[in-house]
Amino acid sequence: MGKLWLGLGAIALIELVGLVLTYLRPGKPRGSDDAGTVVEAGAVEKFLPNSVTAFVRGKFYLCRLEDGGFLALSRKCTHLGCTVPWMNEEKKFACPCHGSAYDMRGEIISPPAPRPLDAFAVSIENNVVKVNTHRPIKRSEFQKEALVYPKKA
Amino acid sequence: MRPAQQNHPVTEQLSLIRRIGYSIFPGLARQPEKPRGYRHFFNTLILHFRPRVVPERTLRFTLTWGLGGMAVVLVFMLMGTGLLLKFAYEPFPGRAYDSIVRLQNDVLFGQLIRNIHHWSANLLLVVVFLHFLRVSFTGAFHPPRQFNWIFGLSLFVTVLLSNFTGYLLPWDQLAYWAITICTGMLEYIPFVGAKIQHWIRGGPEIGPATLSNFYAIHTAILPGCIIILMAFHFWRVRKAGGLVMPRGPGEDAPSRRETVPTIPNLILREVVVALVLIASILVLSVVLNAPLEAKANPGLSPNPTKAPWYFMGFQEMLLHFHPLFALFVIPFLIMFALVSIPYMRYPETTPGVWFVSSKGRRMALTGAVAGLIATPTGILLDEYLIDFVAWIPGIPSLLNNGVIPLAFILVGIWGFYSIMKRRYGASKEETVQMVFVFCLTAFLILTVTGIWFRGTAMKLAWP
Repeated sequence: MGKLWLGLGAIALIELVGLVLTYLRPGKPRGSDDAGTVVEAGAVEKFLPNSVTAFVRGKFYLCRLEDGGFLALSRKCTHLGCTVPWMNEEKKFACPCHGSAYDMRGEIISPPAPRPLDAFAVSIENNVVKVNTHRPIKRSEFQKEALVYPKKA
Repeated sequence: MRPAQQNHPVTEQLSLIRRIGYSIFPGLARQPEKPRGYRHFFNTLILHFRPRVVPERTLRFTLTWGLGGMAVVLVFMLMGTGLLLKFAYEPFPGRAYDSIVRLQNDVLFGQLIRNIHHWSANLLLVVVFLHFLRVSFTGAFHPPRQFNWIFGLSLFVTVLLSNFTGYLLPWDQLAYWAITICTGMLEYIPFVGAKIQHWIRGGPEIGPATLSNFYAIHTAILPGCIIILMAFHFWRVRKAGGLVMPRGPGEDAPSRRETVPTIPNLILREVVVALVLIASILVLSVVLNAPLEAKANPGLSPNPTKAPWYFMGFQEMLLHFHPLFALFVIPFLIMFALVSIPYMRYPETTPGVWFVSSKGRRMALTGAVAGLIATPTGILLDEYLIDFVAWIPGIPSLLNNGVIPLAFILVGIWGFYSIMKRRYGASKEETVQMVFVFCLTAFLILTVTGIWFRGTAMKLAWP
């Protein structure tokens, strides 16, 4: 009889813990449905090759490499999440927190960052560059296929 | 004849106030002929919490330095001022900072209350750390106090977490970025790290959910844990028969018979320590304001961005190790070592003697000096010379920036242990203490380096 009560008590406890954990689970962040996360960066010609443009609201950098390919990089350092500023004179992203540095393609120049900057999906429609900031893409290294080129007119 | 009236005075003849008073404290009514007053009442109340007598030797101030008592006083001050702050503070990202500014500028004594809370919190960390040192160096973790060491360590972690969760609440630049990097650290815990981080932040990034989480944890969960743990901590002190008996090296354990009444001998000393402490905090809070920087700006990390000062040791390790090692493996090793200290098998123990013995004192000094030399040397070498990542390229940085350097350090510590043990012909207790002092010094130096010797972009710099 005592064991029965103990068992029932244990089940009740497990239920209670489950209930509390479910209650505490983080919900969807407010105002982040899929539709609102595609940012129109602007016309292709606005971005010169070998340039980096910051988008404060979308929290990303739009990089145009020397060969004209587009790449959208998250501004979050992959080490511990600080915001990395673009140093135009030195042509690198330098994290103020622990000294990580990345080049224009998001590749690591100096550690402690464990992986390149996360990227966002870029698409070009009707000569307008669009960036989907819904989900950052984690990468282990830069791949040329990730670049998006405008169609030759 | 009603038997109840034998013990109680004839109530009809008493004033209303007396009758109410007796209904609250029936003890006062039992002997109305010789009322012993409120002093007696308070004394009996105190003796519910404290022993009737204490060994005279344990009253010596230099045994405890009053540190445990100070910690209790600070906890109560924090709870008092924390409750007051709850009336002014609004836990929403858009309003938290403004509510703090309003508290400081428009509320009478608002700034003072915040200062007291801030300085008490920082001082509490220092006090519990010193208390931890006192307990370890007087050997007050040997049986029957083994498990109270664990309670103490848990309290230390809880106090650390309280400080940390409170750090975010003002929502200024300092708070926002310190919490960003500290919660960013969670991601490196293997398997479950990303999930825990998501839970603590209440989403992928720091935002409203993070603030309400931290607010609930800081103002309800952690204070609750602290009260419960404190109760157990004190209960175990009582069960161990009070404090460890102080004695000199080579002296036999004294008997517990020479006791004195707790009131007034112990209580008076405690009250003096408490009053001096409260007065010092008040003075400090009038003179020095708690820092408040610009409102949090998620787009701009200040340079340098630093963790709170008590996490600087780990931040410094981050600059030298792969994050998995700096934030998970090494802290886990430290915690494991601390927990196992009272459970190691010591052939003989010397509780109550400062630093175990005369030889123990010399060895502790050796450990401190070795730590004082080895740590800065290690930091400088790693900054300018050693570069396992470049020397052994082509393997994961987990190996060349984690396993390999840590292996070198652990082998070094083990070598230090065995060489010193043989050279001094020392007991296990003495040698373990020496390694403990060495690691402690190393951690303190890492912390000091992080606080004062790291400048822009975390380069080494003079303060």
